Amino acid sequence: MIIIEEKDKFKKVSEILDKYEYKKSNLIAILQKTQAVYRYLPEEILIYIATTMNISPATVYGVATFYSQFSLNPKGKFEIKVCDGTACHVRGSEPVYNAIKNKVGLKDGKITTDDLRFSVETVSCLGACGLAPVVLINEKVYPQMTPEAISIIIDELKKEFPKEGE
Amino acid sequence: MSKKLTVDGREVSFTDERNLLEVIRKAGFDVPTLCYRSDLSIYGACRMCVVEIEGRGIQTSCTVPPEEGMKVTINTERTRRIRKVVIELLLKNHDRECTTCERSGSCDLQNLSNKLGVKQLRLGKREEFLPLDESNPSVVRDQNKCILCGACIRACKEIQGHGVLDFANRGSNTIVTPAFKKDLSQVDCIYCGQCVAHCPTAALRIKSDIDRTWKEIHNKDKVVVAQIAPAVRAAVAQKFNLDPQKTVQLIAAALRRIGFDKVFDTSFSADLTIMEEGTEFVTKFTEKKNLPLFTSCCPAWVRFAEQKYPQYLSHLSTCRSPQQMFGSVIKELLPKELGTTKENIVSVSIMPCTAKKAEAVRPEFQTNNIQDVDIVLTTQELIKMIEEAGIDFAHIEAEEFDSPFGLFSGAGVIFGASGGVAEAAVRTAYELITKKKLEKVTIKEARGINTLKEIILNIEGQEVKIAIVNTLIEAEKLIERLNKGEVYYDMVEVMACPGGCVGGAGQPQLRDCCSRSGIQDRADDLYEIDVALPIHKSHENEDIKKLYKEWLEKPNSHSAHKLLHTHYKNRKRINSEGLSFGKNSEHALMNIEICIGSCCYKNGSYKLMDKLNELIQKQNLQDKVNMTAVFCFENCSSGPNIKINGEFIEVKPENAEEIFNKYILAKVK
Amino acid sequence: MNSLNICQINLAEEKEKAKTSVQNKGKRILICAGTGCVANGALEVYEKFAELGADVHFKQEKNLSPIKTGCHGFCEKGVLVIIPENDVTYVKVKASDVQEIVESFKTNSIVERLLYVDPENNQAIKKSSEIKFYAKQSRTSLSNCGKVDPENIDEYFLYDGYQALYNILKNNKPEDVCKIIIESGLRGRGGGGFPTGKKWEFVRLAKDENNKKYVICNGDEGDPGAFMDRSIMEGDPHKVLEGMAIAAYATGADEGYIYVRAEYPLAITRLRIAIAQAEEKGLLGKDIFGSGFSFKIHIKEGAGAFVCGEETALIASIEGERGMPRSKPPFPAHKGLFNKPTLINNVETFANVPLIILKDAQWFKAFGTEKSPGTKTFALTGEINNTGLIEVPMGATLRQIIFDIGGGIRNNKKFKAVQIGGPSGGCLTEEHLDLPLDYETLISVGAMVGSGGLVVMNEDTCIVQIARFFMNFTQNESCGKCIPCREGTKSMLDILDRILEGNAELKDLDLLEELAYAIKDGSLCGLGKTAPNPVLSTLKYFRNEYVEHIEQKKCRAGKCASMKTIEIIKELCKGCSKCARICPTSAIEGKIKEPYIINQEKCIKCGACLNSCPFNAIKEVC
Ligand SMILES: Cc1cc2nc3c(=O)[nH]c(=O)nc-3n(C[C@H](O)[C@H](O)[C@H](O)COP(=O)(O)O)c2cc1C
Ligand code: SF4
Ligand code: SF4
Ligand code: SF4
Ligand code: SF4
Ligand code: SF4
Ligand code: SF4
Ligand code: SF4
Ligand code: SF4
Ligand code: FES
Ligand code: FES
Ligand code: FES
Ligand code: FES
Repeated sequence: MIIIEEKDKFKKVSEILDKYEYKKSNLIAILQKTQAVYRYLPEEILIYIATTMNISPATVYGVATFYSQFSLNPKGKFEIKVCDGTACHVRGSEPVYNAIKNKVGLKDGKITTDDLRFSVETVSCLGACGLAPVVLINEKVYPQMTPEAISIIIDELKKEFPKEGE
Repeated sequence: MSKKLTVDGREVSFTDERNLLEVIRKAGFDVPTLCYRSDLSIYGACRMCVVEIEGRGIQTSCTVPPEEGMKVTINTERTRRIRKVVIELLLKNHDRECTTCERSGSCDLQNLSNKLGVKQLRLGKREEFLPLDESNPSVVRDQNKCILCGACIRACKEIQGHGVLDFANRGSNTIVTPAFKKDLSQVDCIYCGQCVAHCPTAALRIKSDIDRTWKEIHNKDKVVVAQIAPAVRAAVAQKFNLDPQKTVQLIAAALRRIGFDKVFDTSFSADLTIMEEGTEFVTKFTEKKNLPLFTSCCPAWVRFAEQKYPQYLSHLSTCRSPQQMFGSVIKELLPKELGTTKENIVSVSIMPCTAKKAEAVRPEFQTNNIQDVDIVLTTQELIKMIEEAGIDFAHIEAEEFDSPFGLFSGAGVIFGASGGVAEAAVRTAYELITKKKLEKVTIKEARGINTLKEIILNIEGQEVKIAIVNTLIEAEKLIERLNKGEVYYDMVEVMACPGGCVGGAGQPQLRDCCSRSGIQDRADDLYEIDVALPIHKSHENEDIKKLYKEWLEKPNSHSAHKLLHTHYKNRKRINSEGLSFGKNSEHALMNIEICIGSCCYKNGSYKLMDKLNELIQKQNLQDKVNMTAVFCFENCSSGPNIKINGEFIEVKPENAEEIFNKYILAKVK
Repeated sequence: MNSLNICQINLAEEKEKAKTSVQNKGKRILICAGTGCVANGALEVYEKFAELGADVHFKQEKNLSPIKTGCHGFCEKGVLVIIPENDVTYVKVKASDVQEIVESFKTNSIVERLLYVDPENNQAIKKSSEIKFYAKQSRTSLSNCGKVDPENIDEYFLYDGYQALYNILKNNKPEDVCKIIIESGLRGRGGGGFPTGKKWEFVRLAKDENNKKYVICNGDEGDPGAFMDRSIMEGDPHKVLEGMAIAAYATGADEGYIYVRAEYPLAITRLRIAIAQAEEKGLLGKDIFGSGFSFKIHIKEGAGAFVCGEETALIASIEGERGMPRSKPPFPAHKGLFNKPTLINNVETFANVPLIILKDAQWFKAFGTEKSPGTKTFALTGEINNTGLIEVPMGATLRQIIFDIGGGIRNNKKFKAVQIGGPSGGCLTEEHLDLPLDYETLISVGAMVGSGGLVVMNEDTCIVQIARFFMNFTQNESCGKCIPCREGTKSMLDILDRILEGNAELKDLDLLEELAYAIKDGSLCGLGKTAPNPVLSTLKYFRNEYVEHIEQKKCRAGKCASMKTIEIIKELCKGCSKCARICPTSAIEGKIKEPYIINQEKCIKCGACLNSCPFNAIKEVC
């Protein structure tokens, strides 16, 4: 069971549904706006959306899992996106990516740290290829990254939301 | 107007075939397919059906419309390479344990792999195995054998209008799954099995009850009784290429050889159903109450109605299905006939149907934990048991059914085809109402595989309008029209499977999977049996008359009600935890649960919740009241539903404040 | 001919108004606010100009009018600031440089230190047009990018905005418009190169019972290394809208969608603003120019799926479904969005349209080659000096692009190959440097114009790794519908991984090829059909490198970890044992004061020992 402190969130989802007129063709937009409210797509909310739009929950689930933008798990405070587009790749995005994962302590396929501070993913081309390799952290672009440079940035971020003992 | 194209250099003519594939096949050539199903929409994903078309290169023949003058080649170096590589790629990911696989011998993948001469697998094998979904009585899902052809998804959507399954994820992580990877039993599956019937592999299969049956048969203390549904004989006859009327006697004989102690024909209890349902109809029709009367002998339809149409549950005939009527007759009356106890009887029914397995375990159909029907076997399982027992089916000697419930009318037999129930009911209802003899028993309009058929009868100057639908997508459309007041019917027969039970998912797969014409052939067989039988009306069945005389008094009597009728309940469509609002404080004095399931939502539960929220905030009760939104209390017909401290309270958005003051404010303050 | 009775908006007047308003605003200062420059601090630069412009101490005889523009293409050198008055381009500008620039206005001088310096002769270039990166380009679809304020429709009027739409509504029937486009020879810039006019004609002729048709602009731009469409949408959104409106008129559509990938929030904002402004002026919406022609444009955001660039998947996505392609026929021209006849073109294709109408088909054909007329934008990236966005006539050669515009390979390394057309394209080598870049030529050598990504590689790039990179991309982005692509790309990737890990056999190359051909022939949509291209083209031109990886376990670029060995140079080792203590697998053995040795069986190539030797005795050997 998920606890939502603010009933407002749920209310917002209902407003979103109203705005998009419960139309199937707006499902993706509805999910995007809902994710903007919750920062991920909780199962119960997806069922609610399916119910009110009168489409099968399996279909909503299918759409939500198709697009990489959607997440069915809570995301970290800092969403780090490492560009792995061609330009960034040939100029060394992989070491940067690995450095970040090491630094925040993510292994295997996991994308979000247990303390919900960091989510780390790769994306393709952010359109700043001239500055490759680039990293995007919560909408801010960091150009010409190196493993060393990103480590310093992450240390800064950690200070913003310190963990106990840090 | 006939047009021409050439296949492998030979001229072939065509008219309005839906795709090149059908043209090629009609002309006697074969092109392998995995994802194409003639009764479903075209998906074009498996790429097995590739051909080369002059000037257009490689094309999938299932997606291309035939055109005049096309020059088609089926086998070229490139098309053959594609097919072989596709099979190899599929097998790489496949739990390929053919020797122990349910589908071995009837599996499209296995078949094509053999046929195309795939002799080596160079790409490795599956390393990760996903757990089976065996959560329900009817269908097993085994993702390790799924080739993602999407046939199940299309079947569920296009035949039942239901969408239980869909794709999830993408690329090589793609799977087919119910919402949120839940088990089928956690979502709104109605167990019709159409997904299974359309699956080319064992990824979806019927849950087998063969071993349980053998165990009971081998138990010397048990009297094992079988009943065989009407539609079963048609499919078995088709499979073994035998005369259908003789087939049913061969089945009786085979069952005895397998070890069944008594063998009955469900057509008998179909007659019984007509007696009860016919009477129910006549009553309702005369009183003009709760019309139309919906038939209720298809458990998939019943479950569907319970989930989706609470407002129509009172329209469903209270009659049990023939399987369950026979079940209670066997459990209640047979012990006395045989001088044994209920506990010692094992009642097995042989059905064309997967939903019947789920029907048999409904709590309504058991007393003191004893089910009326203990085991349901499908036609496919019957054939397997015959094989396991080493019976040379076509050549054994025919035998008759057991008494006392051994007689049946043609009306009972045609139950297996869509329209059969309605036709049988009319034959009896006509005579009940008019007290006159019906001379012409055949009702042509009720027959055929069309998904919607309508009959308008004139009985003594009164018009009776009957609709017959098969497939639930058609049923849904009909209900929409009823809701809008666009149509009126006195009676509606609903069968979930295409063409009725003859097209049930428990039947052996047809060569072209679920071709409508193959299903029609089975239905025709049933109508032929009807013609050949001496009686055509349920109320003329002597065994039925005897049953009423000795045990049940008359149709719809008190004892008939106890034994032969049932009731329905609302069902939630998906199991999921609710949404909890507020702090969920430990000091809360009160728990409010509001349903936001589809029915309650439609009845304004969201507004109600908003309103209550507002009031709670206004009175500053956030700490004292916990509020949760849940998905369905299974009390849908009287929404919007709200529970306060576990009890239903009747409330509408309009009188929310009043209720709030009375039930919440007064108690908390 | 249509005669327009009530013309709600007079373009000539608007243009005059715009001119005066621009003049009154003062000295134009164009500050690139494309993604690259913003990342480098363009917004701070802009703020500084605005601040100083308003500051009395810095008051000029003319006010300053700083303008945020779309990408100029030369992102490498961002933040770019252009002073159109004297055609000066400043590069790598920081907020702290602004004061000096503003000061220089007073004296009519130039801040020399901020000029672009030609690396060949170390000369500072004073005129923008003389910077080689620009000098060799022909910017037509990008003509306004970097010159105008994309958030102000007046600026589009300055450059004859919406004049083309006006002209055709006034003078041409839909079939004439199709004819002009057919005559121009314009081909789809979304990758396939299908003749645009022909496509329009198909849609125009398609019948629909309710006369409903759609126009879709494909702004999904999924190629991981391309940002041309983005620059156009961000830098000159009205041009795309005008192109779409012309197409709608020509095909009989009255509703349009722009599908923009979610990663382009700025493009979405700019398009929204542009649509609102155009609607306000009556250039979109009902009864445009009083002609009776109506056209409404919606924006749909993608949600992160490369395959949604494929037209049928895109349609599914707009309809709110999983973006899975479906087989053609039926083609979108007959059954597209919501089953209605639909025209789909790429952003750049639409952006070419207004100029073709304004000038004429002949003008357009003067660029490019006979079969591939016009210009094409490319995203030039990789190991090259000038990375950025360029536009050249079709038929330009790789040599011109890489060496003249791109300024050659970075750090004076040797050119090795160029991947053209992104994940669907192929690798070309030295021998292709002088081939004309046009649709047919590229296909003939196993590559593709594709969306126009150009990634330049030098001798340090491992070609097998590049092939793997693209394979990994397509395998991740496969929609999962058809078997050859879903399972086949995965298997190809597995094999490439084996090769890179040194676990492959030579016969794996045959298997790789067999799979590649089956996937190419057998896949449902373009993604699968082209996914094997990078592998096939590298196998064709660099087979020996694959073989080296397999047989000799050698990567000549020295990029594959598993192909390296770590060795101790006997002569240099003093036997101090420091490295042995660091090695996590105890692979380093030896006696104190004697040369140590690495046991290659045990070494996991973690590299930990490399920097540990005080005597630099440990080396990577490829
Ligand atoms: C996998 C795949 C991705 C594609 N991505 C794009 C894209 O990002 N942008 C685009 O304009 N066209 C893309 N296309 C091509 C489109 O399907 C379509 O052909 C194009 O938008 C038509 O426009 P054009 O004729 O103007 O080129 C893609 C095709 C495939 C197969
Ligand atoms: S599903 Fe078919 S191929 Fe797979 S194991 Fe069973 S019989 Fe064999
Ligand atoms: S078919 Fe082959 S693999 Fe299967 S059981 Fe027989 S011998 Fe064994
Ligand atoms: S059994 Fe019927 S309802 Fe359930 S998933 Fe299969 S087709 Fe759908
Ligand atoms: S479960 Fe069966 S029908 Fe469904 S996709 Fe898998 S293989 Fe096809
Ligand atoms: S139509 Fe017959 S076979 Fe099909 S689900 Fe209903 S009862 Fe079962
Ligand atoms: S080729 Fe790939 S992306 Fe295209 S339909 Fe097939 S699986 Fe999907
Ligand atoms: S590379 Fe790592 S494993 Fe190999 S010798 Fe050096 S420290 Fe040991
Ligand atoms: S650290 Fe250097 S000098 Fe010392 S043992 Fe290792 S290789 Fe030899
Ligand atoms: S490839 Fe990284 S920004 Fe373009
Ligand atoms: S049968 Fe044609 S693609 Fe599957
Ligand atoms: S929807 Fe079933 S009780 Fe509310
Ligand atoms: S972003 Fe400024 S030049 Fe490209």
